[in-house]
This record gives sequence, C-alpha cells and structure tokens, in this order.
Amino acid sequence: MVVVNALVQGILLGGVFAMAALGLSIAFGILRVVNLAHGEIMTVGAYIAAIALSRFGVSVWVSLLVAVPLLGLAGYWVQRAMLQRALRIGELAPLLVTFGIAIIIPNVLIELFTTNKQAIPTGGLAVSSISLVEGVNVGVLPLITMAVAVALIAATQLYLSKTRNGRYMRAAADDWETLRLMGVDHRRVYALAMAMAFGIAALAGVFFGMRQGGVTPYDGQLAVLFAFEAVIIGGLGSLWGTLAGGIVLGVSQTLAGVVSPELPLLVGNLVFLAVLMFRPTGIVQSKVAV
Amino acid sequence: MTPPTATAEALLEVDGLAKSYGALDVLTGVDLAVPAGQALGIVGPNGAGKSTLLSVINGTERATRGVVRFAGRDVTSVSPADRARAGMGRTFQIPRPFTHLTVFENALAGASYGAGLHGHAADMRALEALEMADMLDVANAPAGSLPLLGRKRLELARALATEPRLLLLDEIAGGLTEAECDSLIATIRQLHGEGITIIWIEHVVKALTAVVERLVCLATGVIVADGPPDEVMRSAEVQRVYLGGGL
Repeated sequence: MVVVNALVQGILLGGVFAMAALGLSIAFGILRVVNLAHGEIMTVGAYIAAIALSRFGVSVWVSLLVAVPLLGLAGYWVQRAMLQRALRIGELAPLLVTFGIAIIIPNVLIELFTTNKQAIPTGGLAVSSISLVEGVNVGVLPLITMAVAVALIAATQLYLSKTRNGRYMRAAADDWETLRLMGVDHRRVYALAMAMAFGIAALAGVFFGMRQGGVTPYDGQLAVLFAFEAVIIGGLGSLWGTLAGGIVLGVSQTLAGVVSPELPLLVGNLVFLAVLMFRPTGIVQSKVAV
Repeated sequence: MTPPTATAEALLEVDGLAKSYGALDVLTGVDLAVPAGQALGIVGPNGAGKSTLLSVINGTERATRGVVRFAGRDVTSVSPADRARAGMGRTFQIPRPFTHLTVFENALAGASYGAGLHGHAADMRALEALEMADMLDVANAPAGSLPLLGRKRLELARALATEPRLLLLDEIAGGLTEAECDSLIATIRQLHGEGITIIWIEHVVKALTAVVERLVCLATGVIVADGPPDEVMRSAEVQRVYLGGGL
C-alpha cells in the first residue's frame, strides 16, 4: 500500500512538473530558445501571488489574474527587445541573455524582499485531502494542480492546431524566413509565443509556491531543473510529453522517498540521466512539433 | 536614367542595385524595369547573382546600394513581410514547406496574412490557390510527405495564396522530369494569362521560353543581354557567357 500511495502521489506531483515544463517546451519548440530564466520567471509569478496576499489581502487565485498577464507582457517585451536582437547574433546569444536574466531576477528579489521565505497560504487547501482507499489519500491541491496542468496542455495543443496564430507559431518553428514571405511578421509571432511561455511559467510558479507553502528568491534554480528534466524525459517538442515526463519524474521522486527521505532528488536526476543515455528523444514520440 | 514615364508604367523597377557579401560583389549594378503583366525570364550561369537579385527584390536580402520600387513605392528598406502584403510572392529554388502543417494550412498561411483575409474568405482563397497550383487532391496531406513536384507546386500555391501582383519564381522547374516540367509550365502559363506579372529564374531554358516574352541574361552581377527570348539566346554576349571566351 505504501508503494501504491507513493505512485499516486508521484503521478499528482507530476502535474506541477508538467506545468513548469510546458512553458519551457513552448519556448524551445517554437522559438528554439533555451530559457535558462524559466525558473526565475516562475519565482516572480509566485512572488506576485505572495505579495498580493501579504500587502493587499488578495487571494492566490485572484492574484493569478495579475501575475499571468503581467508576465505574459514581460515575455512579449523580453522577446521583442532582447531575445530577437540576440537571435540575430547567433543561437548562443539568446541563451546568454536568459542566463543574465536568471542572475538578475533573484538579486532584485533579494534587494526588494530579502532572502526570507514569502508565504503563500492556501487557506487549508494544501493540507486537505480525499481518501481514495484505506492508506491512499490524495491532496486536494495536487489534484487541482494536475487538473490545471492537463487542461493547460490540452488548451495549448488546441490553440496551436486550430487557431490562426497557433498555426503561425508552428510555421515559425518550421521556417520563419519563409513565413515572412507569407506577409507574417515572424517577430510578432515569436513574441506571442514567448508571452504564452512566460504566462504559463507564472501560473506554474504560483502552483509550485503553493505546494512549497511559499517562495524564496532561489527557488527558480530547482524549478528550472525539474522543468528541464520533465521536458527531456517526455521528449523535446512534444506537449503531452511534458505531462508524461512530469509524471515519470514525480513517480521516481516519491518512490525513492519511500526508501529514504534523502533519495528523491538524486533518483529523479538519475532517471533523467538514464533517459538521456538510453532514449535521448524522450519517452513520447512527437507527432506534432510544438 | 530611366525617363519618368517608364517609372509610372513599371510594376517593378530596380535602379543601380548592388549586393556584396564582404569583399564578394554578387550584384554590381542592375537596372531593370518590369511592366505590369509581363513575364520576364532571367538566365545566367551559376553564380551570376540570379537568386540574389530575387532576394534583394523581395527583401530577404538587403541591397548594398540601389533602389527597389514596387508599384511606384520605394520599398528598398521595407521588410519582406510588408513586401509580401504589398503583393510580392516568391518561391524558393529548394522548396521550403512548413513540413508540420498540412498542404491546406500552408496555403492558408499565405491567404490570411499575405492577402489579409480572415475566416471563410481566407479558406476560400487558400483553396483557390491550391486549385490554381493543381493541389486540391492533396490538401489534407502533411506538407512534409510531398514528393518534389508536390513541394514545388506547394511553393507556387502558397505564393499565389498571398494574391501576388508580382510572382518571383526561383528555379521552379529544376530537378523535375520532362512530363512534370510540362505540367508546371502549363500552370505558370495559365497564371501569366490571368495577368500576374512574373519574374522567373530558370536553368531549364525550354521551360522559360515556353512562357516568357522577355529574357534577361545576368552574368557576374550585371545584365549583359535583354530582349525577346530567341534574340537573347542567339546574342553573342550570351553565347560568350555560357560557352566561355576560352573555348
């Protein structure tokens, strides 16, 4: 029963990893930008939720209405003003730009809010649970997180395949130079994709923060690691792969936790390494490029 | 200098167009005026600057010197996307379909942005373009699955979906069998008949002369001959360029 419980918790833990991975996957799949600052964008999202609550008494759910569009706008601007210029220099330049952003953000957060953990209380949500069978309880928050992650992936998939802008994002991922000749300003398409990636990162950051009960300026480093691992395990460029990757990572961590509380991170990383070595294209074969 | 009357009539006009990559001068000063409705063929040996000329005309490459005027407007520093919306369509020598989109979605990309259409109107334009390029039967196939002729036709369909006034064709007949080539020629001739202005680079001279009424020969970045196709092909300049002075 202990193992079954660990499995169930692991699957649900995969929800938050998948959500974290989705934005990263979009940025890479459409823009070919490896966003090293993805974790820090998540952190900023979580900070907005924490500050909205502590300073203005706004609930976490309402703060999402601010955090997501705000970081979406930031993503649009970062792409237009910085990454697009960097792309002209070469493929490595955007990587360095995001690395720079990843350094700046925690320092700004420390300057503004110190290194103290900012609480993100969820009003008992984090501790309430539903009993499935004897010995297996599922938390309401992980359940909500998983539901949101699945809905988000489905919505993104639908957006990319059915809407005009979504089609252009896929086309831009294929060949932006040709897209220009169709009269499309590819820079706008790229910026929209980055806005999506940042917005989703903000959402993921808030859920990540809720799970941890709060957020510190350094949380991005771990978050981006999980996100990367989920993307690679699932398979680059596959949206549903991020969910599969998240779940595999989640299950490996919780199962390892059954053996010893010190093992989850290590085993998660080992599974990631094993996938890189034996199945570098990931466990889900991508039919549709993001 | 071109007289002002010619400027008013030409759909496309390039003046003193030059393009260099570092120390390499690919175009050294091209003057060309193409009246609306004309089908112009461009021939020339490899490295003559033909593809570069098309790229500078449609903006994928920036001119080092010179001016490109389209429909009376100076577009020299206008983005390729804006030029596409203004009515320049282009196909590439090596077809570049959006491989993860269907054939129809590829055409739709041209119709909705290039031609500025929405919803049903964009769908209809995309279908029309596919019909003009004889591709309706494969509309739902993934573009990545098409054979070479299909890819070439898709290049054409996608460019047509933008409702171009000027169509720039880059070696669209290259690599095709004779029968495939003939069917493509028939399609392009039909487009020309509908009044679309065409500038067509081609090594398959037979394909060109079947459609165009004017031929230009480009060599080492300048125009060395310009006139009716048979005259140009017979001219001493062109013979020298193709056969080489030393032979």
